[in-house]
Amino acid sequence: MDFVNALVQGTLLGGLYALFAAGLSLIFGVMRLVNIAHGDLIVLAAYLGLTTTVALGVHPLVALIVVVPAMAGIGYVLQRAVLNHTLGDDILPPLLVTFGLSVIIQNALLEGYSADPQKMDAGALETASVALGPLSLGVLPLLTFAIAVAVIAGLQWCFYRTPLGRAFRATSDNQDIAQLMGLNKRHVFGLAMALALAVTAVAGILLGIRTSFDPSVGGGRLIFGFEAVIIGGLGNLWGTLVGGVILGVAQTVGATINPGWQLLAGHIAFLVILAVRPNGLFPRISA
Amino acid sequence: MTQILQLDAVSKAFGAVTVADDLSYGLEEGEALGVLGPNGAGKTSMFNLITGTLKPDAGRITFAGDDITALGAARRSRSGIARSFQVPQPFTHMTVFENAMVAATQSAGLAGREAERLCIEVLDQTELLDKANDRAGGLTLLNRKRLELTRALCAKPRLLLLDEIAGGLTEAECTALIATIKSIHASGVSIIWIEHVVHALMAVVERLIVIDFGRKIAEGEPKAIMDSPEVQEIYLGIEADA
Repeated sequence: MDFVNALVQGTLLGGLYALFAAGLSLIFGVMRLVNIAHGDLIVLAAYLGLTTTVALGVHPLVALIVVVPAMAGIGYVLQRAVLNHTLGDDILPPLLVTFGLSVIIQNALLEGYSADPQKMDAGALETASVALGPLSLGVLPLLTFAIAVAVIAGLQWCFYRTPLGRAFRATSDNQDIAQLMGLNKRHVFGLAMALALAVTAVAGILLGIRTSFDPSVGGGRLIFGFEAVIIGGLGNLWGTLVGGVILGVAQTVGATINPGWQLLAGHIAFLVILAVRPNGLFPRISA
Repeated sequence: MTQILQLDAVSKAFGAVTVADDLSYGLEEGEALGVLGPNGAGKTSMFNLITGTLKPDAGRITFAGDDITALGAARRSRSGIARSFQVPQPFTHMTVFENAMVAATQSAGLAGREAERLCIEVLDQTELLDKANDRAGGLTLLNRKRLELTRALCAKPRLLLLDEIAGGLTEAECTALIATIKSIHASGVSIIWIEHVVHALMAVVERLIVIDFGRKIAEGEPKAIMDSPEVQEIYLGIEADA
């Protein structure tokens, strides 16, 4: 029964990892940008959530109303003002610049909020659970997973059913031709980053409700995000969800065997899949 | 008649290679202009200069009365300039219909039903309607060429730039293409057409210019131009290459 429990809990945890990964996947898919600062942006969103809940006295999930547009705005400005200038034939400049951005965000958070671990108070939601046969499922993990599925379904719909999605895909496919079709790629990239950071805002708030966080935890979230994207296959959003679930399950199963093995088990699962299927399980675009 | 496009002393060089050398000519609204010249003469670069993919080193480009020299490709596309490429460049991961929709929504600025209606209309005209839901990357050469034209038309251009669109087609396909381009022309769209298939060009255009080493070496009525010794030499040169 422990094993089944670990599978279910791991699957639900995978929803959070998929949310970490979705923004990363979107950005890479649209503009081939590897965002090293992604984890720190998740943490930034968590801190924005914290400030909002404290300042307005609202529930963390209500804080989404403020944090999602705020992160989207930050994303658009960041892309137009900084990241667009790093994009080109060379893949190194965006890596270096986002790495620098990661350092800046961490230190700014350290200055602003100190290194003390923080947590958002979601009240009864944190401990509420529902019984499913012999299993007891936390309402928060269930909600997180449901949100992850909804977010990925939403992104999928946006990509394949809307003019904005067509603009993303056309620009991703051939930037020069997209320009000739009237698409301003700087603006399109700005919108993609805005959308990615809106998703990141959701991920950050759910992270901040689930566990305590401090300015240094971004790197770990970045790794989980990367692993989920790569396991699932580049450019495939549903694959990213599967990647998150595999990572979550590996971690909880590992932790069931030995509590110290949680992270190690996740990384081993990642390594095994990378060795067997270097392009991930369901690749859409070849790297 | 009003002027739709004017190039004034446009020059562009890549190091020692000159692709446009003091190039000047105008195009009347609704006119069809043919462009001849040997390979490497700077014909395609001239299109890149007009669409904004290349920026000229010197000179001025005016479109519909506005100086567009400093505008980017996206702005020029939205103001009514569309082109087809000699080597088709579809968005390979998207369907034929989606390719058309990108042009209709982004360039022509249409939305929803209106955009869909235009795309269907154009796909019907270019005989791609039955391929509408196929992935553009899987199309045959002929259909890729049709898609180039489809996308350009879905942008609702005032000026259409055609780059060797008849090359590689069979006689029957070419005849159908000429009919299509004639009807586009008849609807009032101004056309500049680069083409080595001279008989196709002659069937449509009202005026010819000849370009070599980025310079305009002849301009005038198609028949007279074709009979001139300079063009004979270039044209025969092309024949010998083929």
